[in-house]
Amino acid sequence: MRNFLAVYTKEMRSYFVSPVAYVIAGVFLFLSGYLFRNILMQFNFLCMQFAQQAQYMGGQNLPNLNLNEIVVTQFFGVMDFIWLLVVPMLTMRLFAEEKKNGTMELLMTSPISSLQVLLGKFFACLSLYTIIVALTLVYCLILELYGEPDWGPIFSAYLGYILLGGTFIAVGTLASALTENQIVAVLLSFGMLLLLWLIDWSASFAGPTAAKILQHISIIEHLKDFQRGVIDTKDVIFYLSFIFFGLFLTTRIIESRRWRR
Amino acid sequence: MIEVSDLAKYYGDLTAVENLTFRAEKGEILGFLGPNGAGKTTTMRMLTCYLPPSGGRASVAGFDVVDESMEVRKRIGYLPEQPPVYNDMTVQAYLRFVAKIKGVSSAGLKGAVDGVMEKVGLTDRRDSVIGHLSKGYRQRVGLGQALVHEPDVLILDEPTVGLDPNQIIEIREVIKGLKGEHTIILSTHILSEVSMTCEKVVIINNGRIVGEGTPESLTAQMREGEVVRAQISGPRESVEGVLRSIGGVVDVVPEGAAEEGDDQVYVVSSQPDQDIREQLVRKVVENGFALRELRPLDITLEEVFRRLTTEEVAV
Repeated sequence: MRNFLAVYTKEMRSYFVSPVAYVIAGVFLFLSGYLFRNILMQFNFLCMQFAQQAQYMGGQNLPNLNLNEIVVTQFFGVMDFIWLLVVPMLTMRLFAEEKKNGTMELLMTSPISSLQVLLGKFFACLSLYTIIVALTLVYCLILELYGEPDWGPIFSAYLGYILLGGTFIAVGTLASALTENQIVAVLLSFGMLLLLWLIDWSASFAGPTAAKILQHISIIEHLKDFQRGVIDTKDVIFYLSFIFFGLFLTTRIIESRRWRR
Repeated sequence: MIEVSDLAKYYGDLTAVENLTFRAEKGEILGFLGPNGAGKTTTMRMLTCYLPPSGGRASVAGFDVVDESMEVRKRIGYLPEQPPVYNDMTVQAYLRFVAKIKGVSSAGLKGAVDGVMEKVGLTDRRDSVIGHLSKGYRQRVGLGQALVHEPDVLILDEPTVGLDPNQIIEIREVIKGLKGEHTIILSTHILSEVSMTCEKVVIINNGRIVGEGTPESLTAQMREGEVVRAQISGPRESVEGVLRSIGGVVDVVPEGAAEEGDDQVYVVSSQPDQDIREQLVRKVVENGFALRELRPLDITLEEVFRRLTTEEVAV
């Protein structure tokens, strides 16, 4: 635990000492803020149209437009794509930099297991991700000020986001452990994540069993329930097992040096 | 303290080291000498549990490097050739981090970090960011990192490479100051470093040990007889003849090509334990030549190294 904390604090410190954390948080919040604004404007426009329509129809009481369904779901739907681009940049340095700097030699000759190193790094990255994601709660507070959003699905969506982030980070960490070149690490994780994202596309052309499998592997597919406010153990287990598998492969890669006799 | 027997490491078909056997006692400084690419770093990486050996055994403080790796790691301090530092950390924060992962207790953390900064002369740089330090200071940080948990064994891979002469002397002083408390293995390809700091030398070439012993015993072992260097003016042929007539002289080699009548340097070898200098002076004077210079040639560790490492290539 002590070793884990030592690595964890070191990683957190290095995110916040360098401009990395601030730039990533800044860029992400700017982009997501811009998207949020546009979605909100669109909702406004829809509301106005709706009201006009209602008047035209003779003042009948039409049901209210659903803020959650239109704004929240749509917003979360675009946010995951931004994360797909950003997470590889958070994870690229995790192991690649250690290898390049020769500090891997320090870690691997210290009385600390590779699992402790890996978990320290993984959770530091996940914490930074969670902090940035949590900052988007501000947008939901704006909704609360001017409307009546349903907070249940919002929180379940956030839970889904943290699980999705863990999955992205596990893939990124794996890529970073494979190389000592950070650009290679970024590209590898982009490649893997995009493939896992788009894999259900090919489900349309596959046989019925294969289609089901492909749909199940797609990392985005499992987020949809969370956004609707449904926390399904099936989805939770999917993400957790994905994270576990990614981290398991990463420890194998780190330790592979020790097998090569 | 350190026992290595029959250690070997292969990278595919390439043999990095083979048949390595040596030991270092507690408190000793062992010099690990070899040309670049001889297998020094590979050996050190095996001793520090970074690489697994392909064959043979190695143990540090009684613990096997493969089976009891964690115990070994607690007891070694390792400075790789490139100091393993994080450029974005301050000296103090870095040393604290290393102390933590090396298992220094929370209570002893501050004392250990302060103590080691004092020892390697970093106290006034404690808040500097490592990335901004000069190479010499970075090397000190690397040394501090290896020392912070008071290890029994210190393994230093070319600790003075890339430093300026003053820094080299400083680092050597630090290393010499550590003698006695720690068992030290130090690799280098700089020979004067070995004769200055080490009690025991292992010379390695192409992954094999080619010489082992104290610096003195190694030079003695190499010495095949006495050699003097004499600068004499006189006709070359006759001077050579006179020199050869001295009892015990085995060989006379004129050094360089000088013109007739000019000063000429001769390297005169004789049988072991025979000092021919007095006789040589007498003969030269008797024959009417002028003796300009007479100096015994001592074989240096440098020469031992050159002979050992080049012979191996020829074999």
